[in-house]
Amino acid sequence: MRSIDHVVLERGEVGNSWRTERWDSLRLLTPNWQSRLPGFGYDGNDPDGFRTTPETIGFLERYAEVISAPVQTHTRVTSLRRVDDGYELATTEGGWRCRTVVLASGACNIARTPAFADAVPPGIRTLTPMQYRYPGQLDQGGVLVVGASATGTQLADEIHRSGRPVTLSAGEHIRAPRVYRGKDIQWWMDKAGVLDERDDEVDDVTRARRVPSLQLTGSPERATLDLNALTARGVKLTGPLATIRGGKAQFSGSLRNQCALSDLKLGRLLDTIDQWATVNGLDCEVEPPHRLEPTRVEDSPPLGLDLSSGEIRTIIWATGFRPDYSWLESPVLDRKGYIRHDGGIVPSPGMYLMGMPFLRRRKSALIDGAGDDARDLSAHLAAYLAGAHPR
Amino acid sequence: MSHAGKNTKVDNGVNVEALLGAREALTAAPEAAKFTWRAKCEWLNGVHSHSTIEGFYGLGQEQSRKKKFTFDADHPEVFAAEDSGATPVEYVLVALASCLTGGIAAVAQNRGIQLRSVSATVEGGMDLQGILGIDRDVRNGFDGIKVTYNIDADATPEEIRALVAQSQKRSAVYDVITNPTNVTVNVA
Repeated sequence: MRSIDHVVLERGEVGNSWRTERWDSLRLLTPNWQSRLPGFGYDGNDPDGFRTTPETIGFLERYAEVISAPVQTHTRVTSLRRVDDGYELATTEGGWRCRTVVLASGACNIARTPAFADAVPPGIRTLTPMQYRYPGQLDQGGVLVVGASATGTQLADEIHRSGRPVTLSAGEHIRAPRVYRGKDIQWWMDKAGVLDERDDEVDDVTRARRVPSLQLTGSPERATLDLNALTARGVKLTGPLATIRGGKAQFSGSLRNQCALSDLKLGRLLDTIDQWATVNGLDCEVEPPHRLEPTRVEDSPPLGLDLSSGEIRTIIWATGFRPDYSWLESPVLDRKGYIRHDGGIVPSPGMYLMGMPFLRRRKSALIDGAGDDARDLSAHLAAYLAGAHPR
Repeated sequence: MSHAGKNTKVDNGVNVEALLGAREALTAAPEAAKFTWRAKCEWLNGVHSHSTIEGFYGLGQEQSRKKKFTFDADHPEVFAAEDSGATPVEYVLVALASCLTGGIAAVAQNRGIQLRSVSATVEGGMDLQGILGIDRDVRNGFDGIKVTYNIDADATPEEIRALVAQSQKRSAVYDVITNPTNVTVNVA
């Protein structure tokens, strides 16, 4: 116990983004056993299952109760700036002064949409994943889902199954089997130390921080949801959406290479897993290795789609998210609008960042990554308050 | 996720240190990264033209070349032309193949992979009913381009496939061909 006086400011309720910004069917992409917060693991009877949205909210609420977190709910921070030897915050519930501040507002506050989004012809409804809730919310008819990471593939699957034919525009994506050799892919990455890889152990951490999410879904069937699974169900696959011009969507001709890059990356991950299994004597305990069929791409994927023909009624921008720092009045952003930091230590004394992709470790953006990062950063924070000058 | 291992003896004739240094410098000074490439083209006779390449703009200033590069473009005799140079669309194939091939060497050097030989054949299919205005449903340009590489290198087949994939990911000409580009043609 460090006994540092603190408060947690929450714009809504605990688990707010899960309450207000997620679609209905979403489950955590990590298995139950992996939702490990300090002193608060999984003790249910379905360790390999995936929490639903209400279960995830309940999990976060219980943790807040168990640790008696001093959460002040319905308090939106409207500005944060450096003053004297600390920070001054304005909130919808009054002001705060503090010597140190931890920014844990997340990486996914705003849904990204492409610059050409306003060229979508009238009559087509566009939605971001934050606005989408369930297929019945959409008109009958075709849906163009743009983006094939975890969000795009899950929405494409659910919407296509509802009888609305989906065209999925796939750019850079990371393919992953849900279960490999009988174990969850997260189990392998956890055991083999992939998730514990540190920010200073990878060649290019800037690139590692930008890697798209794994194409995973958390279903009771523990099913793999890659592009082959989607096209087998009838989803039509195109390359990245390059632009919309004259009422026509134009797709890049690079789909084959996008899939080749992803298949090769997956092969390297499975090689790493197999080598680790052999070295650690696990080959007899798990199923034998296998490789996934290469991603199937038709000979000439469509390069265009007429958006005024009535075939497409809805476009969903599953083109990623970005953080919202509109309230941050501190010169700590880089030219792309991201906070500059070294493993969560922001170049503004006493300011820290948490919960961002590959902040200090590959698992930093997972629930399971919060404990280790918090331990490291709170040690730094305590030393700072004690007057030391850590790195 | 290891590549063939960083062997310092690997030499594909690519100065990776200089390229990585440039990457770092241009990250810090993004304005210097803005380049403008130029060519000049002079009509000679018929569909025969003569193009020259000399300077370009980059790193914040005009840059000159050691020598002038020239290109004759014409069409084969079956087009009732003189065949005094490659067809413009063939220059596009040359541009794609040379861009990807250079990229393969650079990526291989960076990954510590010694190349022994790299050769590519490029094919672009085209239905002339497009440019001749016979069928408005047929486009003028290629209906598809196929590049086939033969690579001999100190690497596994997967590592070689990864070189070729990464080269496409970072190739300017591959991007130009696979994505739309705004083109403005003025008359001075």
